[in-house]
This record gives sequence, structure tokens and C-alpha cells, in this order.
Amino acid sequence: MALDSKIPSGPISDKWTNYKDHINLVNPANKRNIDIIVVGTGLAGGSAAATLAELGYNVKTFCFQDSPRRAHSIAAQGGINAAKNYQGDGDSTFRLFYDTIKGGDYRSREANVHRLAEVSTNIIDQCVMQGVPLAREYGGLLDNRSFGGTLVARTFYAKGQTGQQLLLGAYSAMNRQIGRGKIKSHTRHEMLDLVLVDGKARGIIARDLVTGEIERHSAHAVVIASGGYGNVFFLSTYAMGSNATAAWKIHKKGAFFANPCYTQIHPTCIPVSGDHQSKLTLMSESLRNDGRIWVPAKLEDAKAIREGKKKPADLSESERDYYLERRYPSFGNLVPRDVASRAAKERCDAGFGVNKTGEAVYLDFAAAIQRYGKEQAYIKGLDANDAKLIIKLGAAVVANKYGNLFQMYEKIVDEDPYTTPMMIYPAVHYTMGGTWVDYNLQTTIPGCFSIGESNFSDHGANRLGASALMQGLADGYFVLPYTIGDYLAPDIKTGTISTDLPEFVEAEKKVKDQIDKFINNNGTHSVDYFHKKLGKIMWDKVGMARNAKGLTEAIEEIATLRSAFHKDVKVPGTADSFNQELEKAGRVADFLELGELFAKDALHRNESCGGHFREEYQSEEGEAQRDDENFAYVAAWEYKGKPSDAVLHKEPLVFENIKLVTRSYK
Amino acid sequence: MAKSVLLKSSIAKKVAMALSGLFLIMFLSLHFFINMTSVFSADTFNEMSHFMGYNPLVQFIMQPILVAGVVFHFVMGFVLELKNRSARPIGYAKYNGAANASWASRNMIVSGLVVLAFLVLHFYDFWFAEMMYKYVNVSPIEETRYFHELNHKFGSPIRTGLYSVAFLLLSAHLWHGFNSSFQSVGFDNKYAKALHKLGYTFAIVVPFGFIFIALFHHFNQI
Amino acid sequence: MKLTLKIWRQKNAKAEGKIVEYPLDGIEGDMSFLEMLDVLNEGLINKGEEPVSFDHDCREGICGTCSLFINGEAHGPDRGIPTCQLHMRMFKDGDVIFIEPFRAKAFPVIKDLVVDRSSFDRIQHAGGFISVNTSGNPVDANTIPIPKHDADRAFDAATCIGCGACVATCKNSSAMLFVAAKVSQFALLPQGKVEATERVLNMVNQMDAEGFGNCTNTGACEVECPKGISLENIARMNREYLSASLQG
Repeated sequence: MALDSKIPSGPISDKWTNYKDHINLVNPANKRNIDIIVVGTGLAGGSAAATLAELGYNVKTFCFQDSPRRAHSIAAQGGINAAKNYQGDGDSTFRLFYDTIKGGDYRSREANVHRLAEVSTNIIDQCVMQGVPLAREYGGLLDNRSFGGTLVARTFYAKGQTGQQLLLGAYSAMNRQIGRGKIKSHTRHEMLDLVLVDGKARGIIARDLVTGEIERHSAHAVVIASGGYGNVFFLSTYAMGSNATAAWKIHKKGAFFANPCYTQIHPTCIPVSGDHQSKLTLMSESLRNDGRIWVPAKLEDAKAIREGKKKPADLSESERDYYLERRYPSFGNLVPRDVASRAAKERCDAGFGVNKTGEAVYLDFAAAIQRYGKEQAYIKGLDANDAKLIIKLGAAVVANKYGNLFQMYEKIVDEDPYTTPMMIYPAVHYTMGGTWVDYNLQTTIPGCFSIGESNFSDHGANRLGASALMQGLADGYFVLPYTIGDYLAPDIKTGTISTDLPEFVEAEKKVKDQIDKFINNNGTHSVDYFHKKLGKIMWDKVGMARNAKGLTEAIEEIATLRSAFHKDVKVPGTADSFNQELEKAGRVADFLELGELFAKDALHRNESCGGHFREEYQSEEGEAQRDDENFAYVAAWEYKGKPSDAVLHKEPLVFENIKLVTRSYK
Repeated sequence: MAKSVLLKSSIAKKVAMALSGLFLIMFLSLHFFINMTSVFSADTFNEMSHFMGYNPLVQFIMQPILVAGVVFHFVMGFVLELKNRSARPIGYAKYNGAANASWASRNMIVSGLVVLAFLVLHFYDFWFAEMMYKYVNVSPIEETRYFHELNHKFGSPIRTGLYSVAFLLLSAHLWHGFNSSFQSVGFDNKYAKALHKLGYTFAIVVPFGFIFIALFHHFNQI
Repeated sequence: MKLTLKIWRQKNAKAEGKIVEYPLDGIEGDMSFLEMLDVLNEGLINKGEEPVSFDHDCREGICGTCSLFINGEAHGPDRGIPTCQLHMRMFKDGDVIFIEPFRAKAFPVIKDLVVDRSSFDRIQHAGGFISVNTSGNPVDANTIPIPKHDADRAFDAATCIGCGACVATCKNSSAMLFVAAKVSQFALLPQGKVEATERVLNMVNQMDAEGFGNCTNTGACEVECPKGISLENIARMNREYLSASLQG
């Protein structure tokens, strides 16, 4: 099967407008006869559900959380990009488009990214109208900050809780439609399979997580907005419940899975403290606006710090190595995430790490506190030579900008980041890969769409900061609600899809069989036992730096672990009750398949690009080396019974507007 | 529609509690002022008491309103307490209320009931006797009897003691109630802080003032 | 450290529940409270017992999923955080820790420590929104300047994570702080003023219909709120409600 990305013809800046003008529409009266299922209620799913309902479709939403408001989009801290150019620093749609393509290391689809940049401004307008309290300046207008990988300040934010505020905005739009009866919200429900009728997505099988009941739900189209699969690493900044089940189930039913090896490792997370760790906590990238990253310049100092014999403040400026500023003078601490993460790993691997495990670097605010303190003293006409006063004033400014993050750090680490530098280390944070979709955001299954992080589309091999929120809301508010009409236009006479069709019966039976198998397995180890083992394989061999040998081993080890899991997992409780272990078992079963495909994809991609770093393919200075001649394509995998049999399909990436060059932030 | 909503809703009940409470605070202030005069001048006290006792406006308009206010505040308080208890059918095995709220705020029903019990005694002592005197026995008007009656009541150490305990709990009731009333009606502006201080001051000064008056008369007789 | 846990166990919504005691050893101060429960559950599973069900998701203090009434306080003894950010260094060796679900008629128990907080969602359905449709060409976001002071206060109210600690901790099981936070956020913004009257009436009506208790201004909610939502919001809602009632 040849992949048809359905990219409209014409100049890039007109593609979306022309396309919207010519696609099929469903008239408002007919929309009432069409049902749409949306799985996942984060930024993408929530905004899509609300907009589809506003347009008149009957929407059913599903989320495993107890409320749509708790989707993990809520945890995004730093901000959302939009090419508003409110700061007058030369920003434009093209520049956002360019930065995103470059940031993605030239592995994303031009037409999609340009559309994203175009609608980015509408998102801000929409959110402000909804009452999202974005940060403002004293003049009452919206404020911006800058993020990694760009040279303009285009990031809108709400302190360190931008994701929360935007999600609550989408949730409020959903609430309005739930109140009107246009959305039926199913919370504490998990999609466990997709139902195909005549090759088209016509419904889902879901489990009511409270009663354990297996339910059939039909619709004319199914939208998957279930987020990313970073929990395949066990330890990540994802929510504990974040899972790939919906995305993986549609993959097994025919949706190609694209670029699974593109994973973002975020540079600024709180380091692991011990074996009991269940989850990693992110410290917003916005901190790199003001924080300076360093390790000791001398190995003996690093050793002394690890052993507690020296404190970071004991080291003078010349004894510190601000390695990002040294290696990348033009972007400094604001290099993209993949670059910053690898640089931290490189220093720690070389023995310069600063915590007990040697896996941490410093993020230091002392300089920023000094700078802001002096500025404030000047503004307020106070003594700029009073060292104590400067620190007090400066700390107040820093607290106003990042107070909640500092507090969070202190609660977790038990150290005060105002007086001693934060310790940070990279952690799995986002997956750029996902379900393959065409320009309409439709998967290779007709009627099955995939939006937000669950699709692969816009970020290439590395996502820039503050672009995830942008993409989620762009897909949900401004893209999918229109492109889905093109698919649904011929469906206006279909009528309600019956859930008594044999396809529903069969899918339901498979789901029940799988659940019964888990419950009756009588194994010896918990689900977490296997999940942790999977995570360790992934982190060690498919993590920040990969090589052919490790990847080959990983593929084998994961397959072995998978069969051990099915033989030996122990799931207590019953199928027909609230059972969190059973939920986890299903999710980990899918991760154990996805992980193998992930490694397989990483092994096949003989180049380094963005978040995918193969040790064999690097420059003498340790920078990633792309191979545009052989790998400028999207790797879309087709399921063939097991991950090792997956078949590769290539969608060539054509760059007509941006020249492929080596990415440099020096 | 608005009216029915206003009367039925939780916020309306809360506002009604607040307003009746504030009304009782005003009454209490007046009562305090009059009683305080007894410490300085028996004559002034008698004069004022007589005015309050025989002015028709006070007797037939303000007094019934006051009684209605007390009854309303009490009944509503009780209704709310029952409703609030039913909002948590299964209680906690361990509940550390002191960690996050003052004793006074958590025990308004306790302090309220003690104050109510005191009011019953108080009515029996003064108001009931007064009604008997004026309207049942139709005794002659005697403008100077009040100070003497007051002094007589505080002769008993038990009564004086009970009186003092009741006012300690009134202090607790006011400690929370005064500011709570303003919060309930939505008072929140630049004067809020000053008002808070006033509230706490009132909650101390007035009840302890009453206790002082009682002790003053008690010990003056020994 | 060594601990004795006293945990509420309840099979399902209809079953009777009771406190069950579990001794637990090998807990470190760097563990979060939920990681401590993970250790307990891993042990229970290995012994062939059913693990303790508890709600949790993001484990970074923002989703509002975790709950737990710990030693008599919502989210435990620490301040300004939900349970997932509570660390075991707040406890000491030999401690007895009571762990109970958030309790209120409007938060029925689903299982063990898991409660149903959908009453909060229904209050939001009744009015927790501004009625604007998604549109490709709305007014530019900077058309309406909003004083920073108002925007900041609206933001402070909007940081509510909907965890329900206010209800759980309130001796009256009142949801006023939660509802007030949403009403305030919109009441402070020009966009939200248009529907302010209807919004506050509808949300308060729904709140009452859900069976929450009455606010008596004890202030416990503000103290226990992991996001420090201020009581000012309740005063504001009272004001909004009164003026809406008088107008309507």
C-alpha cells in the first residue's frame, strides 16, 4: 500500500486556505445525524470534542481519568508558541514554520508544519476569548517569553501552569457542550479496541473502569487523541496512567505507526533519587531563560561535590564549566532540548556529574538573581551595592516568574533553589512519533483520525519547547473539525451504526478473552515488575544514545520479556470491578509490543537526527549527523502479527521551501 | 424566580445567618453600653433602663424584632448544622480540625448553644421578671429599681460564675462570627483588614466587659 | 523507617468499609507518599492480597487526581501540595498513619480510597465556561487589554486543580472554595462578565443540588488547598450571587 499524504498542491502559504475552500462540508442539519467518538480529552481531544459539538455533530468522549480536566496536557508548564509578533522582534508565520522544521531536524512534513504556524495565532485569540488568564504586562497586553531553539520571544504563558490553563479552557468549552447534551462524556472509561465495519472505523470497545463492564460504542468516525507513549520507559515525566493502548490498538487494526524512535528527552528534570522512584518531574524549559547550566570544570571538584566534601557555591567562576555557553555561544543555554540533553549526558558520562549517582548537572539562578536585583534596585532608586538587598530583590523577581516551580523543586529535593543551584538531569518527556496521518489527520484506516501527541505529524525528530500545546490545540480547534467533514460528507445517509453487528461482537469477545486471561494467569510477579524491566532496557539501550549492538539486544530482550510477562504476570482482583492492576496489565502488554517496534525503528534509521541519536553517526565534535540522502522519509510501520514482522513503508519528505542544512546552534 | 432562589440556596441561608448575626451584634453593643453605665453611675443606668423598659417603640417594635432575630439566628443555625452534618454521612476515623481552623470557627454550634442556654437563664432572670412586673402584676412604675435588681442578681457567686462562662463562649462565638458575617455578605476590600482587627477587638472587649460588670457588682457587695 | 498504616478498605460503593492495619518497613524519606503506597501494594500483590486502590495520575501536583485524608488532614500534614508531592521525610520512624478517602455525601466511595468526584464536573457543566464558539477569525487577543492585577487574580483563582481537598477538609463538606474559584476567574475578566449573572446562579444551584454542605467560613479549605486558593474568592462569589439574585 502506497502512502498518500494528500498534501494539497500550490504554494505553501496558500495550501491550507485553498484546501479549506474546496473540501466537502456537511450541512448543519445533517451533522445532527452523525456521531463521532473522541478518545482522550487532553488539549487535542478536548478542543476537538468541543468544536465538533459546536458544529453540530454528536460527540462521545472517553477518558480513563475521572474528569476530562485531568488529562496530562495539564502538566505542561512553560508555554505555547504563536507567531503573533506582539514583541515586534521580527516574528512571522514563516519564521515559526522555519524554526519548527529546523528544530525537528528536517524530519517533519512541510505542509503540516506551515498550517500549524498559520493557525497558531488563532489559538491565542480563541483562548483569550474563553477566559484563559495568560500572563500580561502592566499595560494590560499579553506578555511573551522565549524558548529553546528560537531567536524570538513568541511564547505565551500563564506562569508555570500554561498547560493547565489551556486545558481548563478546552474543558470549559467541553462543559458547555456537555451541558447542552451535545457531548456525552464517559470518564473512567478506557478504549480497548477499535471496531472496523467494511474497512471503516465504526466504533470502539471500552471498559468502564468502575464497574468493569465491557461496552460497545458506535460512531461514524473515531478520533484518537490519547497522547504519547513515553511511559514505555517506565520512568518519565508522563502521568502514571498515560498509555499507548488506544494508539496501539488502532495500529494493530491497520493504522501505520510512524517514527516510533523519535522520543524527546527533556534536559531539565529532577534527577532520580532511588529505586523506589515511580515518576520523574519536569522543571520547565522556561527556567533556561534565566538559569545557567554548569558542571565543575575539574574532575576532582566533581568528585568532591558528589562525596559532599564541597558545595557548588565553593567553586569560583573559573572552576565551573558552563558547557552549553561554551559549546553553543549563539544559543547558549537555550539550545533545543535534544542538544541540551545530550550535552548533559556527555558531561556526566565523562565523570562531571554532581549528585550521588553522578547523573545530574547544575541549573544556577545566582546570576539571574543578581541581574534582576540590580535592575530592581535601579528602578526603585535603592542602593545597588547592598549585596543582601540585591539578592532579596532579585529573588523576588525570580519567585514571581518561577515561584511554583521552585516550590515544587524544594518539596521534592528538600533543597532551596534560591540559595543553592538546582540539580537537573534529562528525562523522557514527549514522543514525536505516533500514528501516521495524512494532511487530513486521518490514519491509514478510513474514518480513524489521530490528533495531538498521538500522531506523528508536526515535530519531526525533535519538538521545540512550547510547540506541543500549539499542535494539540491547532489539531483540535482548527484542523480536524474541518478535515473530518470531508470524510463524513458521504455518510449523511448512513444512519446510526448498530452495535449488534458481528464486528462489534467479535471485537468485544477478544477484549473479554484478553482480560480473563490476565485475571486467571496466576503468575508470580506484579505488572510493575515487568514494566520496570522494560523501562530499564529502553533507557539503557534505546535511550539518549543508541547503537546497533544495543538495539539488536534490546529487540531480543523485549521479546523475551514480553513472553515472560504473558506467562508470569499476576493480576489480583476481578474483571468486573474497579481494578487498577488489570488496567496496568493491559497497558504494559501494549508497551511490550510497542517497545520492540521502537527499537526496531531506531535500529533501521542509520543516522542521527533530533531525539534519535545513533552513536555511530556523529561528527567529531559529537554533534548529530543526518543522512538526508537515505533517510529523509517518514518511517511508517504496518502491523503484521508481531513487532518483528512489521513492514516498513516510506513517505518521502519533500522540502520545497526550506533548504536542508546541518542544524547548527553554535 | 430570583426571590425563591435567594431563599432556598445555601448562600442565601449563609447571608441570612450573617445579617441576623450582625443585627444581634448591634443589639449587644447597645446592651453593653447601657450595662456599662451601671459601673459608673446608678442613676444613668436607671434612667436608660427605664427608657428602654417603657418606651413603646422599644417595647412593641424593637423588642419583638429582637426576639425574632434571636429565634431566627438560632433556628437557622440549627438547621444548617443538621444539613452540614448530613453532608458527610460517614465521618473520619481521624480528623485533625485544629490543623487548619480555629476552635471558635469549628464550634459555633457549641458556643451558640451555651449562649442560648444562658439566654434562657437571662430571660428568666430579667426579661421574664420584668414582664411579670409590668404586664402581669401591673406593678407601679418605679424609675430607680433597675440598679438594685442588677446588683441583687450578681450577689450569687454561682450565677455570676455561670454568667462569666457564658460570656467566654460568647467571646468565642463573636471571635468567628463577627468577621464571618462580613465574609458571608461578600465584604472584601481595602478596609477588610481593619475590619478584621475590629472584629477581634469587639469579640474580646464586649464579652469581657460584660464579665467585668458582673464581677464588679459581685465583689462590690461582699 | 518503620510505619503502621491504618487504611480504609472498602470493596465497592455498596460494601461496608473498615480500617485495616498494615505494618510497613524500609521506607525512605526521599520517597513520596504515593511511592510508599506503591511499596505497600507491591508487597500485598506478592502475598496474594488485593492491593489498596487509590487515585493518582500526574504525580507532579497539577492534575488533581490524588486525594487521601492523611492523619486527619486532606493531602496530609504538609502545606501547599497535594498528596503526590508529600514526602515521607514529613514522618518519622514508628509513626502511625491514618489513610482515609476524601469523605462527603457528594463524593461517594468507589473502592478503598478512590472516590467519585463527578459532582465537581456537573457544577462546571452548569456554568463553568464562557459561551464562545471556536472561530478562525475572532477578535485579536490584544484587542481587550486587561489590567495585570485583574489578570493575575483571575489566574490565581484559575489554578484550582479540582482535587476536592476543600470539601474533604471542611467540617461541613462545603464546595464553596471550588465553585468560588471558577466563578471568580470569570468574574474578574471582561470576557466573563457578560454571563456572570446566569453563571453564578446556575453553578450555586448545582452545587446545592449535589448535596454539599454550607460554608461557615472556618477557612480550613484555604489552609488545606494545595494551590492556596484564597477565601477572597468566596467573598467575591457571595457578592456575585447576591447581586445576581437581586437582578434576576
